[in-house]
Amino acid sequence: MSTRLATGGRLIDRTKPLGFRFNGKRLKGFAGDTLASALLGADQMLVGRSFKYHRPRGIIASGVEEPNALVGLGTGARFEPDQRTTTTELFDGAETSSQNHWPSLETDIGVLNNWAYRFLPAGFYYKTFMFPRAAWKHVFEPIVRQSAGLGKVPTERDADRYEHAYAFCDLLVVGGGVAGLSAALEAGRAGKRVIVWEQTAHWGGRSPVDGGQIDGMAPEDWVAGVLEQLAAMPNGSLRARCMAAGLYDHGYVLGYESVGDATPGDGRPRHRLWRVRAGQIVTATGAIERPLAFAGNDVPGVMLASAVRDYVVNWAVSPGDRTVIVTNNDDAYRTALVLLDAGLVVPAVLDARETPTGELIEAVRARGVRVLAGRGVAKVKGGKRVQGVQVCAQAGEGAVLEEIGCDCVAMSGGWSPVVHLWSHCGGKLLWDEANACFRPDPSRPPTGADGAAMVRAVGAANGALRLPEALADAGGPPAVAAAEGPMAPVWVMPQGAPPALRFKAFLDYQNDVKVSDVQLAAREGYESVEHTKRYTTLGMATDQGKLSNINGLAILSDALGQAIPVTGTTTFRPPYTPISFGAIAGEARGEIFQPLRRTPMHEWHEANGAHWEPVGLWRRPYSYPRAGEGLRDAVNREISNTRNSLGMLDASTLGKIVVKGPDAGKFLDMLYTNMMSTLPVGKCRYGLMCNENGFLMDDGVVVRLSEDSWLCHTTSGGADRIHGWMEDWLQCEWWDWKVYTANLTEQFAQVAIVGPNARKLLEKLGGMDVSKEALPFMTWAEGELGGFRARIFRISFSGELSYEIAVPASEGMAFWKACLAAGEEFGAMPYGTEALHVMRAEKGFIMIGDESDGTVIPQDLGLGWAISKKKEDYLGKRAQQRSFMDNPDRWQLVGLETLDGSVLPDGVYAVAEGHNPNGQRNVQGRVTSTYFSPTLGKGIAMGLVHRGPDRMGEVLDFPADAGKVFRARIVDPVFYDKDGEKQNV
Amino acid sequence: MSDAVSALEGRTSQGFATVQEAGLQGMVSLRCDLASKALAKALKELGLSLPAQRRVVAASGRSALWMSPDELLILVPYAEAAATVAALEKALVKEHALVVDVSDARAMFRVIGEKAEQVLTKLCPVDFDALAADEVRRTRAAQVAAALWRSDKDTFSVVCFRSVAGYVMGALEHSARPGSELVAPA
Amino acid sequence: MLTLTCPCCGMTVEETELAPGGEAHLKRFGPGSSDAEFEGYLFARKNPRGVHFERWRHAYGCGKWFLAARCTATLEVFGTYPAQTTEPPASIVAAIKARRPDWEGLK
Repeated sequence: MSTRLATGGRLIDRTKPLGFRFNGKRLKGFAGDTLASALLGADQMLVGRSFKYHRPRGIIASGVEEPNALVGLGTGARFEPDQRTTTTELFDGAETSSQNHWPSLETDIGVLNNWAYRFLPAGFYYKTFMFPRAAWKHVFEPIVRQSAGLGKVPTERDADRYEHAYAFCDLLVVGGGVAGLSAALEAGRAGKRVIVWEQTAHWGGRSPVDGGQIDGMAPEDWVAGVLEQLAAMPNGSLRARCMAAGLYDHGYVLGYESVGDATPGDGRPRHRLWRVRAGQIVTATGAIERPLAFAGNDVPGVMLASAVRDYVVNWAVSPGDRTVIVTNNDDAYRTALVLLDAGLVVPAVLDARETPTGELIEAVRARGVRVLAGRGVAKVKGGKRVQGVQVCAQAGEGAVLEEIGCDCVAMSGGWSPVVHLWSHCGGKLLWDEANACFRPDPSRPPTGADGAAMVRAVGAANGALRLPEALADAGGPPAVAAAEGPMAPVWVMPQGAPPALRFKAFLDYQNDVKVSDVQLAAREGYESVEHTKRYTTLGMATDQGKLSNINGLAILSDALGQAIPVTGTTTFRPPYTPISFGAIAGEARGEIFQPLRRTPMHEWHEANGAHWEPVGLWRRPYSYPRAGEGLRDAVNREISNTRNSLGMLDASTLGKIVVKGPDAGKFLDMLYTNMMSTLPVGKCRYGLMCNENGFLMDDGVVVRLSEDSWLCHTTSGGADRIHGWMEDWLQCEWWDWKVYTANLTEQFAQVAIVGPNARKLLEKLGGMDVSKEALPFMTWAEGELGGFRARIFRISFSGELSYEIAVPASEGMAFWKACLAAGEEFGAMPYGTEALHVMRAEKGFIMIGDESDGTVIPQDLGLGWAISKKKEDYLGKRAQQRSFMDNPDRWQLVGLETLDGSVLPDGVYAVAEGHNPNGQRNVQGRVTSTYFSPTLGKGIAMGLVHRGPDRMGEVLDFPADAGKVFRARIVDPVFYDKDGEKQNV
Repeated sequence: MSDAVSALEGRTSQGFATVQEAGLQGMVSLRCDLASKALAKALKELGLSLPAQRRVVAASGRSALWMSPDELLILVPYAEAAATVAALEKALVKEHALVVDVSDARAMFRVIGEKAEQVLTKLCPVDFDALAADEVRRTRAAQVAAALWRSDKDTFSVVCFRSVAGYVMGALEHSARPGSELVAPA
Repeated sequence: MLTLTCPCCGMTVEETELAPGGEAHLKRFGPGSSDAEFEGYLFARKNPRGVHFERWRHAYGCGKWFLAARCTATLEVFGTYPAQTTEPPASIVAAIKARRPDWEGLK
């Protein structure tokens, strides 16, 4: 039985009872309880089943190291699996459920695994599921999936909110125990900006439970005083419930704060992820007690000795009436004293050491407790709850000397400093013989931006395990505590345990890894600790080397016949304990998952039924389907209307970069493949940009604004990239050239007015002469159009009479509406990007990203006319002189027309004779753009074909899905209005 | 132009700080040699002076912000922007300079209140303790570029690109939600 | 995640405010260069373990490119300097030598 004691409990408030449910059962706890203490207080020791064997498992620990007591917490949109009960604060109405069992916690069919577990040794999965290959997918995996997995994935969208926050400080202290507080106080007094994080809701670490005196005061009183001083400092910041999850380069630390876990639905963020830059970091992360490896050490009721006294002192919970203590050190005797003080029975202390002596041991003896020296546990009796222990000689092989009835076993194998954060960013460890643990090596710390140490470990985290030395290590005040004698390393109990006992001595509770598994791995040749970890799963999942690490390493070292430091540790990786995906995402969810770029006319498009297409981070209307109209029909309608009457396109996303200065012409001649310096003021010219590898990277119309300034249009997705590209060359290569650039993409809303009636619309708006004579094709003008400050560019991407008009973005919506109104009588209708794409394909215009893919040079696309032969140099010119670029065997742009008028699938390849060395059909071309052309009433396509332009009229085969072969003829890529008569009116 | 509207038309949201889209704001981007005498003279005529590195100089409704070693951002009332561009272009006609109106390319926000800094602390990797009262910080607000400065004791001005005004508003609103103050829990 | 000081505006900022630009101090080879020279310019990169020179752009700040000298193994930063130079300035070389006496210089 575990039960709530009638008095005591320093952290609970008995005046505030809280109700919660576990597997539907109504239970009670108090404010200040953790879920674990409340469950124990309600006699719920059995909390889950183990991962692999489905063995009954109980609560072992009282903190982050708890491997077993993970539950599903919450319901519906607030359900989350694998919540650690020992670190979850109890709140009223909490719904919890146990995991890894079917059909119920008490009766689990999966426990069969338990009976069969001699057949599920380390590497079982690797060995068993290899052959036949097909069996994995159809037989093994479905079965394994059914029983595997830690908890169940939530089925609803998370209802909670999360956020990030940045902070900066001179010193970040991780850990609000007495060592951490000492270090913080010292730095705070020195005027440093100090942040202190404590992962639990309470300050002082273990000291209020473990006792002693600090600066002549009870630890609790000293802690309260220091907190007051720190809180009063303007340069100090204290944050409880905030765990340092990871430590990274240059003093970057992630903190995981629980803000609203215990108050679901009250509007607060559930978690907050702190992103801190600290000049220095102190890790005062304490130490974790190690279990002992004896048979049955996983039976519910076997707990860490420190956890047993935490439950009694902090939460007034008795884990059992009769507790046998098993230890290899003095510290566990504190548990005996705490239990005795609470009026509970300690039938015996089994001390693996031959002659334990010391202050704490004598105190226990003096209370009439049997201290059995040189003794250990042969086996724990019981299934779902401890019923007793069989005592043996630690030096022997497990012969039972006596049986002691008990319902709780408090074990202590010594303490391991929490070195995770120290290790995350390269801090090295050394082996501490006296305490049989790894601790930070101060001569090999993690280093920061200046190459100096950026982390200092203090207190128990630094191997200073006892109160006086921990405080001295952290620069704290003098302290006194009961003197302790040396501990004795004990890795297996008894030391000569035969296979039958080793087989039930668990190292990693969460992954069901036993002493025998690690020994098997060593016998099978696993020498690297990293390999053994993966083979056996030791220390995997949420444990990450907290409870299992040192014991596992010791067993492996013993099996390999080498010292523990030679074996070394596995790599400590962030996060220290699991953190929520929500915290990682922060604010980036839903509407603000990523920046959505909107044009000034976005809302009109939305209100008028736009079907959206993402273009970079922009949303552009793909088409505007009307009620009852399919998408394809809408696109066809928009094209026909534009070709026959009048279309309007929101072209605001087009990149617009101004380039100005005495050297701007020279600069643009380097940037574009064609000559831009000779472009007359008032004229427009289509230009191509290549990278230094010679490949086409962007295109657009360049406009000569004045004697020393040009406006470069880029693709919608390319504006920022091209602006960056320009600045790169100006700043890093030609820094003596006098050129300034400015990205004005968003300054202007741009509307394309396209179609035979385009001029009529502009004339109706009035204010500017847009006649053929005043504003011929490929020119531009500035003025006031319909009362709007406007630049009109007479350019066309559709082959129709077309004007692109730029107005200030703030007036974009008004201008768009004015155009619609003016164009109504001429049949004006908006069209989207798909109509744009089809119309440009009908004209054989290439599209960056369709016809180009980073491996295509302009010459491949029949754009040789846009490459200046006169220029000595331009970006990409040298690359295009390489032999394989200047080669007629390249794939080149052609039009493709299916013999039956159908639409070619996108991206299909034209096959050639023969096969390549991999047995695949040889290919001789591929489709780059393909559409149904409503103008021509048939499918049209463009593609790159081996020596394509020389092969007009040839028919190629394009195999597609399901054995279908499309046959298409090579034709001129310009399908419509080959002489450009429509755009030149 | 009466038809001109700012990106969010002055949308306001009340959280533990007030988040407000500031409406139309005249902005002129100026690139030139900042040491030029012609520039000093031109700024003087606007009632301003050359801001030091990363500083803002404000006077009678206008401001000059140091944006980079060869770039200033001049804030004027929206209606004055075109005239300011013309005046600066004229003043710098003999210099190698680029003066452009960017009023319509940006959106401006004000975050107002005693805890305004906390709102921005959640989105920007900025050490606000180290930010001088007249300092401009160009940085990242969540996933987009932004510039921010203290326009008075409890008010921050934030400028971002116009197209992401909705995103920035959403991020600021999220960060200012009541209950999410960055006070240390008891 | 690194922090670097932009020499153009003086801000010390974290990596998320910067954009990386690869190896610094490359010499451009254009038309007229040999295949070997052009190949070296376009493709051959050092990727050393130890002292390295890199291009960074203060993309979310002043927009300027700058160069940084750092150790790829320890991430120690020896210094940052403006991009308008074809070789590391003497002060940066001295800072590196002080911390890495065995460093043989930029080759």
